[in-house]
Amino acid sequence: MPLRFGRLLVAGLLAGLIAGLIAGTFAYFAGEPRIDAAIAIEEQNTLGHGEAGGGEELVSRGTQKNVGLILATSLYGIAMGGFLATGYTLLRRRLRTGSDTRAAIGLAAAALTGIVLVPFVKYPPNPPAVGDPATIDQRTTSYLAVLVLGLVAVWAGVLAARTQTHEWRRATAGLLGFVVVVAIAYLLLPAVDEVPGTFPAVLLWKFRIASLGTQVVLWTVLGLAFAALLHRLATSTGPATAEPGTRAAA
Amino acid sequence: MPKAQTVRPLAIPAVSTRLLLTAAGVVILLLALAYLVAFDQGALSRSGMYMHELMHDGRHLLGVPCH
Ligand SMILES: [Zn+2]
Repeated sequence: MPLRFGRLLVAGLLAGLIAGLIAGTFAYFAGEPRIDAAIAIEEQNTLGHGEAGGGEELVSRGTQKNVGLILATSLYGIAMGGFLATGYTLLRRRLRTGSDTRAAIGLAAAALTGIVLVPFVKYPPNPPAVGDPATIDQRTTSYLAVLVLGLVAVWAGVLAARTQTHEWRRATAGLLGFVVVVAIAYLLLPAVDEVPGTFPAVLLWKFRIASLGTQVVLWTVLGLAFAALLHRLATSTGPATAEPGTRAAA
Repeated sequence: MPKAQTVRPLAIPAVSTRLLLTAAGVVILLLALAYLVAFDQGALSRSGMYMHELMHDGRHLLGVPCH
């Protein structure tokens, strides 16, 4: 009796909530000091306009920093967990491994590569005080485009790897397939160069590393938590546990 | 060293038209949730700019272009 999609989805959403809470905690400690520093610069620069600085505040900085941050990473994590579970359900048969853990972590790693690492290199995230509000629509479109192309690149890598039989050829073909799509995407998409010359380079670097870290934590915890919940489903409701040491049918 | 233990893979539901339709519905809801965090400026949350401002720092640290 196959599992129902609903149970896999609940596992994904729960894993996403856990990942979002942990990523939010990481972001609070690693990222908030950088955002505070950037907002201080923004306030010096603009003296009263700009969304985070001056004027009447809709939400206080204190609330943005903890409740708002954790809410954002949690809701985002839940959404990503849902996507992971849906992708897992639809693609599980095409992932050529007998191990659900490998399949779950492999999918999370593919997502991390496609929607975090590929976009990060082309459009590294910016703290407040960096970025021209006039170009936000164009930057948003480009960001979504690089995210989709990142996933396409991972998919191309998998397809390319599967054309080969020897392991080293599979690895090389997979890497080539991925790199070719990423290179084309990077060349076609517009460049963004909006960091003011006066913005401190060290602060920019620290903010970007904190942002990358937040997303890496989110996807790593999501993959592991989803794998753990699948294991729980397999041992509690699924077929009996195989004999220790025997290999599951691929 | 403990030996790695392999559990037989979960039986996954067969990909049917019904499953695809359900999945499509779920994906639309998930996209709306991700949109709410990443891009919404009140059109979806019906809270004016409140939710947008509340989740401001999360947007920056999740790598989404903000302003
Ligand atoms: Zn902002």
